[in-house]
Amino acid sequence: MIRFLLNDQDINEENCAPDTTVLEYLRTKVEQRGTKEGCASGDCGACTVVLAEATNGQLRYQTVNSCITLLGSLHGKQLLTVEHLKEQGALHPVQQAMVDLHGSQCGFCTPGFIMSLFALYKNCDQPTRADVENALAGNLCRCTGYRPIIDAALSLAGKGASDIFTKSEASTYLRLTGILKQHPSGFIEHGTRRFLIPTNDDELLAQLQRFPDAKLVAGGTDLSLSITQQLQQPETLIYSGRVQELMQIEESASTLKIGAAVTYSAMQSSLHKYFISFADMLERLGSLQVRNQGTLGGNVANASPIGDTPPVLLALDATIHVRSPNGRETFPINTFFTGYRQTKLPASGFIESIEIPLQPECQLYVYKISKRLDDDISAVCAAFSIALKDGKVNDVRLGFGGMAATPARALKAEQALIGQSFTEQGILAAQKALAEDFSPIDDVRASGAYRLKVAQNLLLRAVLEQDNPTHEALEVVQYA
Amino acid sequence: MRNLKASGNTAIQTSSATGVARKHESATKHVSGEAIYVDDMLEPRGTLFGAVGYSPIAKGRITSLDLSSVRQAEGVVDVLQLEDIPGHTDIGAVFGGDPILTSDEIKYQGQPIFAVVAQSELQARRAVKQAKIEFAEQTPTLDVVEALNTQQFVRPSHFMTHGDAKTALDNAPKRLKAEQHVGGQEHFYLEGQVALVIPAEDGGMLVYSSTQHPSEVQKLVAEVLGVPANRITVDMRRMGGGFGGKESQAAAWACMAAVLVSKTKRPVKLRLPRTDDMTMTGKRHPFYNTYDIGFDKDGLIQAADIMVAGNCGHSADLSDAIVDRAMFHADNAYYLANVSIAGHRCMTNTVSHTAFRGFGGPQGMMIIERAMDDIARAVGKDPLDVRKLNLYGDAGRDTTPYHQLVEHNVLNELIEQLELSSDYRARRSDINEWNKNSRILKRGLALTPVKFGISFTLQHLNQAGALIHIYTDGSIQVNHGGTEMGQGLHTKIIQIVAEALAIDANEIHITATRTDKVPNTSPTAASSGTDLNGQAAKNAALTLKQRICECVAEHKQCDLDTVYFADGRVYWGDQSESMSFTDAALFAYENRVSLSATGYYKTPKIWYDRDNAKGRPFFYFANGAAVSEVVVDTLTGEYRVIGVDILHDVGRSLNPAVDLGQIEGGFIQGMGWLTTEELKWNHQGALISNGPATYKIPAISDTPERFNVALFERDNDEETVYHSKAVGEPPFMLAISVWSALRDAISSLSDYAISPPLDTPATPERVLNAIEATRQQAQEIKESAL
Repeated sequence: MIRFLLNDQDINEENCAPDTTVLEYLRTKVEQRGTKEGCASGDCGACTVVLAEATNGQLRYQTVNSCITLLGSLHGKQLLTVEHLKEQGALHPVQQAMVDLHGSQCGFCTPGFIMSLFALYKNCDQPTRADVENALAGNLCRCTGYRPIIDAALSLAGKGASDIFTKSEASTYLRLTGILKQHPSGFIEHGTRRFLIPTNDDELLAQLQRFPDAKLVAGGTDLSLSITQQLQQPETLIYSGRVQELMQIEESASTLKIGAAVTYSAMQSSLHKYFISFADMLERLGSLQVRNQGTLGGNVANASPIGDTPPVLLALDATIHVRSPNGRETFPINTFFTGYRQTKLPASGFIESIEIPLQPECQLYVYKISKRLDDDISAVCAAFSIALKDGKVNDVRLGFGGMAATPARALKAEQALIGQSFTEQGILAAQKALAEDFSPIDDVRASGAYRLKVAQNLLLRAVLEQDNPTHEALEVVQYA
Repeated sequence: MRNLKASGNTAIQTSSATGVARKHESATKHVSGEAIYVDDMLEPRGTLFGAVGYSPIAKGRITSLDLSSVRQAEGVVDVLQLEDIPGHTDIGAVFGGDPILTSDEIKYQGQPIFAVVAQSELQARRAVKQAKIEFAEQTPTLDVVEALNTQQFVRPSHFMTHGDAKTALDNAPKRLKAEQHVGGQEHFYLEGQVALVIPAEDGGMLVYSSTQHPSEVQKLVAEVLGVPANRITVDMRRMGGGFGGKESQAAAWACMAAVLVSKTKRPVKLRLPRTDDMTMTGKRHPFYNTYDIGFDKDGLIQAADIMVAGNCGHSADLSDAIVDRAMFHADNAYYLANVSIAGHRCMTNTVSHTAFRGFGGPQGMMIIERAMDDIARAVGKDPLDVRKLNLYGDAGRDTTPYHQLVEHNVLNELIEQLELSSDYRARRSDINEWNKNSRILKRGLALTPVKFGISFTLQHLNQAGALIHIYTDGSIQVNHGGTEMGQGLHTKIIQIVAEALAIDANEIHITATRTDKVPNTSPTAASSGTDLNGQAAKNAALTLKQRICECVAEHKQCDLDTVYFADGRVYWGDQSESMSFTDAALFAYENRVSLSATGYYKTPKIWYDRDNAKGRPFFYFANGAAVSEVVVDTLTGEYRVIGVDILHDVGRSLNPAVDLGQIEGGFIQGMGWLTTEELKWNHQGALISNGPATYKIPAISDTPERFNVALFERDNDEETVYHSKAVGEPPFMLAISVWSALRDAISSLSDYAISPPLDTPATPERVLNAIEATRQQAQEIKESAL
């Protein structure tokens, strides 16, 4: 059985298909249809709902795309939907602002925007335009051109986040902690199929051994597409989002160790402390809804050639900590990806954490190139870690996504850089060598020729960024 | 009618109901999740859910079709194939060529072959995957130029001429030729295609369809079922976006669902998942255009030979009118003294391309706007000066290529205003300086105008009907032939009726658009929704007003002249006695006056002799202009739009908030069309940009921080509803300024000597390619000069 709150209602669910999405549950099982389906692939935000979780003495409100959130992951959480925001018939302040400023036209995307605005309202008292864009980049509107929605969001600044949810926060907190005290773990079963929610890594390992074909679900932002788009029906899903050992971030003098089930949102502040260019790029990975769900471990285990964190982890020379029936093992990340969506992860194994060495001597450059600035998959993602000694490149790792069948280092280009000055002249050989490292393909996002040209030019961008005494804007995102 | 006591409606204070920024009639429902779209309706018990099986190949024949596993799949109740259709099997909107299902010939990837209904939508979709279909594949035609060269057309070509282009071209001091590819566009309405069909008596059905054209859905459903139209009612309360994509292409799903209803005797819902929707429905036509233009040393055009070729896909659909509209707008705002325009309708093996905001107009405008930039570089002028030089003007410079006179032209004045308010000249010199000192980033600036013809070019569509009921409590129900897709049509109609009756707009309720209330309606398209339906609703309101006035005059024994409506009351007699509107309604009822009236409207003045390509196809023109500024990264081709200033002509605005929303929304949608929205088909003809992960419409951070939009304050000189102008489509084309600004930024790499070709969508990749080509060409020019 799983238990959660649907708005203020206690829900127990047990007999449900394990691959039921929250959106499907809302629209077909409980027939609450304020939440809309725009794409069922986590790309448009029309289905955005807010999840409230009890953490550190307070409720944390986060948006997710309900179309790619699996029902079982709601265990111990409160699911808030657009139908619940009114207070005794009066619109919530975020709803009123959208009405007053003409923020809806066809209205189909509006419930999703309302929920994203609601989370922003709860989390940020004085939103700037950048905060608004960050909160809403995963909500597509085809009618308004967004200006009135931006105005509505900005009009809420300083209104104070006090609303009906503030009044009930303490009691909701107790209800949620009560559920988790009573039922720290949960499950759904339907015929021979199941969704399991282990709470520690021993339990997780045991379940993976018991169900060798099980799919491990972390954020599910990619796995859910196999369900909603390819209509696969997995037998067993095991959820890592309650495995405490996988949720830790450890900062030491020499490394930053991030648990595999830590979401992008949750690791943002640690990354910001040590790797600011990585943190900046992360703000453009997916949308806030995706970053609230997607995990670093999931991105690595998925081994997609167009995932955005593996190129950076390659440049940072991260170590992958794995646990499996064989015990605990570690892999340097540059040996971890073995082929298209293939890794060295053993059968019934899971990634425990990703450990990144802190390298104060290295300068890190991270670039994401895509058609659209926000919420787009990279045509090329590049990360360069470069250490100079006496003005010459002494240590270098160039990680790329979108250039090969796996995330990959440009080893020949790296060789060509060693001992060179990191200047326009010094990188010429490395730029040429990139053509030997990679033969990128043409696909829907870009041609191979463009990818290669951009990869070469990004080396130049790094050189210019390194030596930029006048602080000239070098990227369109910096121009203001 | 026993209790005739009126309720509510006392002491209303109303000023003018139009011209105010009234909120959207559904706004509070939108924000609370209470607005009901077709897929949100609670289905009647026993409803079955459908899914469509379609061709994975673009051209060939079906050699074997085995659906036995589909029929046996879990939850499946029935399967629909071509031979199950009792009536017509061709659902082409205007011309034939759109079979509802195919059992033999395949003409595009995504062509429907069968449909299945099951107990749940997921079951139906899973069952579709069980089909075993074999094909004999043939090589598809995918390239519009190949289709043009081999004259594969869905309709005959059309030509317009004015003056003598050939002679004038030969005599022109300067001459340029160019070609361009203009990409198509996926509608990406947030609500996908959907229909819910419920069986009724006598072979009839009630069809809830997300459609811009309920009457056409009614007609086609009746035809595929083989029943008279009077048995079919189509109901449309609201769409989650349409943009033209639900004008002709909403019908297929309603028709399939209807036949499945007749087979199973159960209600059927058919909703397309996003990828199916993007794969099976048509898009904005991609175009291939060329020009050959002669001009003098100042850049004044003397002659133009223009060709526009629309990639129509496999069938005609609405393509004849769409390519015509591209031709009608190949002049945009400019006088072309000697001109010939050719328009071709090319057939390719893709889904049939269809209506999309602007309806070919944007694609036609692109070629002349390209020419303006090119001429400016050739004569060494700011492109704005060349544009201004070539605008339509006074007598002698006011005839279009289709021989309509451009009357009441406001563009010269409008552009002057915008040039000043946007600070164009100062920004231009600032950018020139800045670009000299910025090695990697380059900025660009452009001002482009829009002149858009208003009226359906198919004359009979320029009519509309409305139906108004006044109930005895004074509340009013309005129904009209237009559909609400977010554009605020219902809001404006409420305001129009409130103004006509001088009552509070809150007393008016608009119901779903239904074919049994107002019949034989035109699609809500061509920006005409308010012009047509607003006038029809106003006429209905005026009929009712007249009846009440006459009733009051008769029974209060006063002169009809003394009876008038104001501030929610009816006044009469020399002493101006009065009663509330509510009391007046009851008074009229008790005196046996009909309080239900229809209204009708047809657009005056318009005619077009297509055989001779002459006439007045447009009642009037809507105008606007935009200044866009961009910054481009010359290392990656990435760019951002950093500032937009718009001045747009909506006549006397019926609702400034709604009009602003149309202008801003249209602009951003147009910007997406020209920048990030890239349709890609693979070499086999399969659409590979088939979801929002691969097809990128603008997101919130693409909206520029500087986004100044103002309405050009001028009443429409023609007798439109309260002298307003249509606003749905025209602002879309203001986004051409973004594309022109990108070209301007790239041109800076040659010190504005080169006018870089830049096909659209101008993705970062195309921009980088244009940058590299411009640099290389500039280098060659420099070397040859040495």
